[in-house]
Amino acid sequence: MKINQATAGTLESGDIMINLSPADNEGISIELNSTVEYQFGKQIRSVIEETLRSLGITSALVRATDKGALDCTIRARVTAAATKATGKDVWE
Amino acid sequence: MRLRRTMMFVPGNNPAMIQDAHIYHPDAIMLDLEDSVTIAQKEAARLLVYHALKTIDYGDTEMVVRINPLSTPYGKKDIEAVVKAGVHVVRMPKTETAEEVKEVEREILRVENSLGCPGRTKIMAAIESALGVVNAYAIATASDRMMGIALGAEDYCANLKTQRTPEGIELLLARQTIVVAARAAGIDALDTVYSNLNDMETFRKEVELIKKLGFDGKSIINPRQIEIVNEVFAPKDKDIEKAQAIIAAMEEARQKGSGVIALNGKMVDRPVVLRAQRTIELAKASGLI
Repeated sequence: MKINQATAGTLESGDIMINLSPADNEGISIELNSTVEYQFGKQIRSVIEETLRSLGITSALVRATDKGALDCTIRARVTAAATKATGKDVWE
Repeated sequence: MRLRRTMMFVPGNNPAMIQDAHIYHPDAIMLDLEDSVTIAQKEAARLLVYHALKTIDYGDTEMVVRINPLSTPYGKKDIEAVVKAGVHVVRMPKTETAEEVKEVEREILRVENSLGCPGRTKIMAAIESALGVVNAYAIATASDRMMGIALGAEDYCANLKTQRTPEGIELLLARQTIVVAARAAGIDALDTVYSNLNDMETFRKEVELIKKLGFDGKSIINPRQIEIVNEVFAPKDKDIEKAQAIIAAMEEARQKGSGVIALNGKMVDRPVVLRAQRTIELAKASGLI
């Protein structure tokens, strides 16, 4: 699925800023900057990738700045960015 | 008996507040997609609220979402999202007619049917205009799903072309109408927010007033307000003791086969018994007995 550049989220505590842009190759590449990288970096990356794949996106460059977001917030922000990037809404 | 002493407003575009709100133990949390969320953030807030409702364990807290009106580009998708997420109550803003409630109900049912869970979601309506107050009973009885009606004072006062005052005389008719309509319909009545967090004394007086008027609870915007509302609504020890004495007298009369209940040589009428029963229920629900 073709995507454009899109951003969602903020740098407030408890939030995550997600910037999506097209990648040259297949695969989801994630550059993560997180206040809890050591404890949760792997989990955050996993949630970002799983959310993108569930929306049909298999190729993207993700730049994420995390300020301690819970999984539900990560899913919400990734979905918001993906909606903007693809022009496809998740609601009817 | 479901307590609704406090309904805490949480802006739907604030992840930190959404995830922390329940630790302050409000009776209900209202995640807002309407006036506290700018147009640019409506889509993002809907997603935050959807995912939060699906994931976070809010315990026994009643979860409410204030949707945008169906007349906006957002309302329909708001309903789809929050019903799919399993919200307990959909709160309608600025409700003026029974037909508006029926429209929302139809939309909720459409989504529920697609999920195979018809009838799961309740509705509450905020009355924020003169027409809404005039139609309060019709709104309160517009659907079997209605669990409460609430007052939204800011928009109401603007509609009346007046301003809010600390004493609240401009709200008296609306408040009393909403309580009467709610009671006639057998549902709850909730009062409006008080937004000056630097004046807890006036806030307390307002809570005392609305309790006297018969409201079941109040919308709040800050955890600091929760304790005050709970204190005002908690039955006092002497009221609990009196209520227990009345119930005991009623039991005694029942066992004697007498239709007349007497306490301390005085006859006790039915309204007094009903009030005593409610005091006991409230005391139990507040954890006082």
